[in-house]
Amino acid sequence: MIVEFALNGEPANARVVTSVSLLDVLRDQLNLPGSKNACDQGECGSCSVVLDGSVVCSCLVMAADVQGSEVTTVEGVAADGVLNAVQEAMHAAGAVQCGFCTPGIVVAATDLFAANPTPSRTEIKEALAGNICRCTGYGAIVRALESISGEKS
Amino acid sequence: MTTTRTTRAPSTVAGGVGESTLRPDGIAKLKGEFDYAQDLRAENMLWGATTRSPHVRARIVSVDIAPALAVGGVHAVLTAEDVPGRGAFGLEHADQPVLASDEVRYWGEPVAVVAAEDEDTARRAAAAIEVEYEVLDPLVDPLVAESEDEVFRRMRIRRGDQETEGAVIVEGYYEVGMQDQAPLGTEAGLAVPDGHGGVDLYATSQFVHIDHSQVVASLGLRPEQVRAHPTGIGGAFGAREDVNLHIHLCMLALHTGQPVKMVYDRAESFTGHVHRHPAQMWYRHHADENGRLVRVEARIVIDGGAYASTTSAVLANACYFAVGPYRCDSVLIDGVGARTNNPPCGAMRGFGAVQVCVGYEAQMDKLAARLGIGPLELRKRNGLATGDHMPTTGQRIETPMPVADVIDSLAAMPLPGQDDEAPLPGGSGLTTERDQVRRGVGYALGIKNLGFSEGSDDYAVVRVRLTGDGAVVETAAIEVGQGLVTVLAQIARSALGVGRAEVRHVDTSRIGSAGSTSASRQTQISGGATLEASQRLRERILDRHDGDDLTDLGVVRDGEVVVPMAVLTTESWEETVTFRHPPTEPPDDDGQGVVHADFAVAGHRAVVDVDPELGLVTVVRIDTAQDVGKALNPESVRGQIEGGILQGVGLAVMEELIMDGGVIRNPTFTDYLLPTILDAPDVEALLIEQDGSWGPFGAKGVGEPPTISSTAAVIAAIRDATGKEINRAPVRPQDIAL
Repeated sequence: MIVEFALNGEPANARVVTSVSLLDVLRDQLNLPGSKNACDQGECGSCSVVLDGSVVCSCLVMAADVQGSEVTTVEGVAADGVLNAVQEAMHAAGAVQCGFCTPGIVVAATDLFAANPTPSRTEIKEALAGNICRCTGYGAIVRALESISGEKS
Repeated sequence: MTTTRTTRAPSTVAGGVGESTLRPDGIAKLKGEFDYAQDLRAENMLWGATTRSPHVRARIVSVDIAPALAVGGVHAVLTAEDVPGRGAFGLEHADQPVLASDEVRYWGEPVAVVAAEDEDTARRAAAAIEVEYEVLDPLVDPLVAESEDEVFRRMRIRRGDQETEGAVIVEGYYEVGMQDQAPLGTEAGLAVPDGHGGVDLYATSQFVHIDHSQVVASLGLRPEQVRAHPTGIGGAFGAREDVNLHIHLCMLALHTGQPVKMVYDRAESFTGHVHRHPAQMWYRHHADENGRLVRVEARIVIDGGAYASTTSAVLANACYFAVGPYRCDSVLIDGVGARTNNPPCGAMRGFGAVQVCVGYEAQMDKLAARLGIGPLELRKRNGLATGDHMPTTGQRIETPMPVADVIDSLAAMPLPGQDDEAPLPGGSGLTTERDQVRRGVGYALGIKNLGFSEGSDDYAVVRVRLTGDGAVVETAAIEVGQGLVTVLAQIARSALGVGRAEVRHVDTSRIGSAGSTSASRQTQISGGATLEASQRLRERILDRHDGDDLTDLGVVRDGEVVVPMAVLTTESWEETVTFRHPPTEPPDDDGQGVVHADFAVAGHRAVVDVDPELGLVTVVRIDTAQDVGKALNPESVRGQIEGGILQGVGLAVMEELIMDGGVIRNPTFTDYLLPTILDAPDVEALLIEQDGSWGPFGAKGVGEPPTISSTAAVIAAIRDATGKEINRAPVRPQDIAL
């Protein structure tokens, strides 16, 4: 079947079989490899995208189910050649090491700040509770996001 | 010793050492544009998949590949018979079959590989191969293996008077479970045939030159026919030191004449790389009335699993650091690396030093309690210092050994107060009542060698060029996320005096080995090579043009630019340096000798909240002081410390591969628990900087020390909270509540 949806603000379509995940369609068909596959079980958040206003693990979403939906991936959180406030803060704070979890954390944190520009430390942690980072110990990620809490993005 | 050859030292350059310069690959990673091995593609690319043993131990009676070949879209099915060269590989001993032929010796061992037109087809074909097995009884108990002399290495360290006894003796048995590195990027790679019988390999790795030599051997090729390329990698922590899919990919690519890509899924990754060795340890510590160690005896058994990997070196490390960073002149350590049918174990951050720290630090606390001496005071009375001799090898310590500073720093750091809003053990399950929560505080110190030891020729080759784009540092040293691409550029800037500098990775045909990104070694060793190459290049440029300074503007003499950079870089300027650390020697029969090149120590204080009835733990806070020599990039050091501590916390309270007769019961992220942001304690870190190491600008490796004693500190804190004699990592709810 052909699935049509809005992807990073542009119309997109993909020919999918029923069992294929949104993550695989993004990576393999739509040339958006920024979303990562680390566990394929919705445990690590590396594949996080915003689907109709909610952060989801795209490995757990059937591509066939996104017909008519709006999807934002890490490639769509900022314009080409620019970083958004979350990305800027994470870069400055040293919140990236291997970077495999980073796209998912950028998506989840960008979504948090869109809904709540002044998150507390606890709110930041709760928003990222579904994103596993194996390198940083999360310290620099928390510092980065605390540094822009309350700022105009 | 940092050699400074010039009196014409460069002036301070922006982005040089000591600054927290930002990662050059950070923006690409934040935008999702960084290429990992998982993301590589090529024209006409096929996908590979692996057929693995469903048995822990079995004889292979027959392998029928016809059903796989009958699957549409399959281009190749290869078995052990198709391995053109050496049939086995291994970092220390080539004992692990590329593909099993006669017998499978662990659960998940590769038996065949397939290349097909897409990933699903490849996996279906791999599953279609019919292997007839005769199931054999597996050997899964390392103590039974030892009794049957199924061992990779036995090691004995004997030092000093063996009759010494202390006024106070404490004993204990301790064990550490099997931890997984769990890098977020699984094993992945792409092999591209060059059309002339050779192959280019782009795969997850910590050490492309060792991959290269193993591919060359097993494919029966000449070295120049294989090029291993450093490739984007989603973490490592030891899991990438051994070959896994590398030889398979190259075989499939050469067999089909097409590029072949392979990506392990998470469950396959758990069987596709080595793990941290589980350990059993029996300790007896003797001390005098003042708490000074007079003798330490230990027996250490680690389970190497089915194949050798780095078990010999991990066992040696466990034995060398079995006493910790403490003086003692009478030592007997017996170590065994057992061979079983459990999954092969090898390198993981801390490499043997982690396991013994759980044992010796529990012993130090027992001694302190017995003698009524505070835990830090007891450690201070025994702490090693520069000029002392290692308790195990007898080696005189020549580089900084600031154990006393670590202890004083920890003692001076403020403890957190009670916070009535703090998350309770058990998290959002809300199963714990706040008034039942007990707080505990625990301390631990750890020590480890830096770089390779025991007489190995440990070196790194780096080429530094000065071009119109600035300084270019060429290396095959792997960036696994730790920030090597940041720090080598910083070193080049500071040593050359040029602000524009970048690191470029080159393949194995274009530069000599940098050694492995392991053993906390690259900043010291590839960094040392970068420093020396940059210094030599600067000297040559200044000699040639009679300058007294080199800056971004060019060669300067008497305050004037005499050769502008654009003119200077029309000439070819490059220096290639092979850097070696001070030589080490193999141990003698008693484990004595100058075995190590350098050491680092760290200490941790853990604060935990425990629900003793439910056995739940929250690690509230970890304070640490770490011996870093010189922090070349303080934020990167902090990142290593915070990340390393959380891996130590994981081992303390949740991370364990559950083995059932050789089968891994939890090879998924659903069942192998990793610390989330809600599990991460607040961390305060003090960096102890002292001159005297041979690393560039006095730097020491910083990657492993955070992981060594953080586990032991958390366990000590749980003991403090519960009053229980907890003797294992990870601490499970039943260890606390039952």
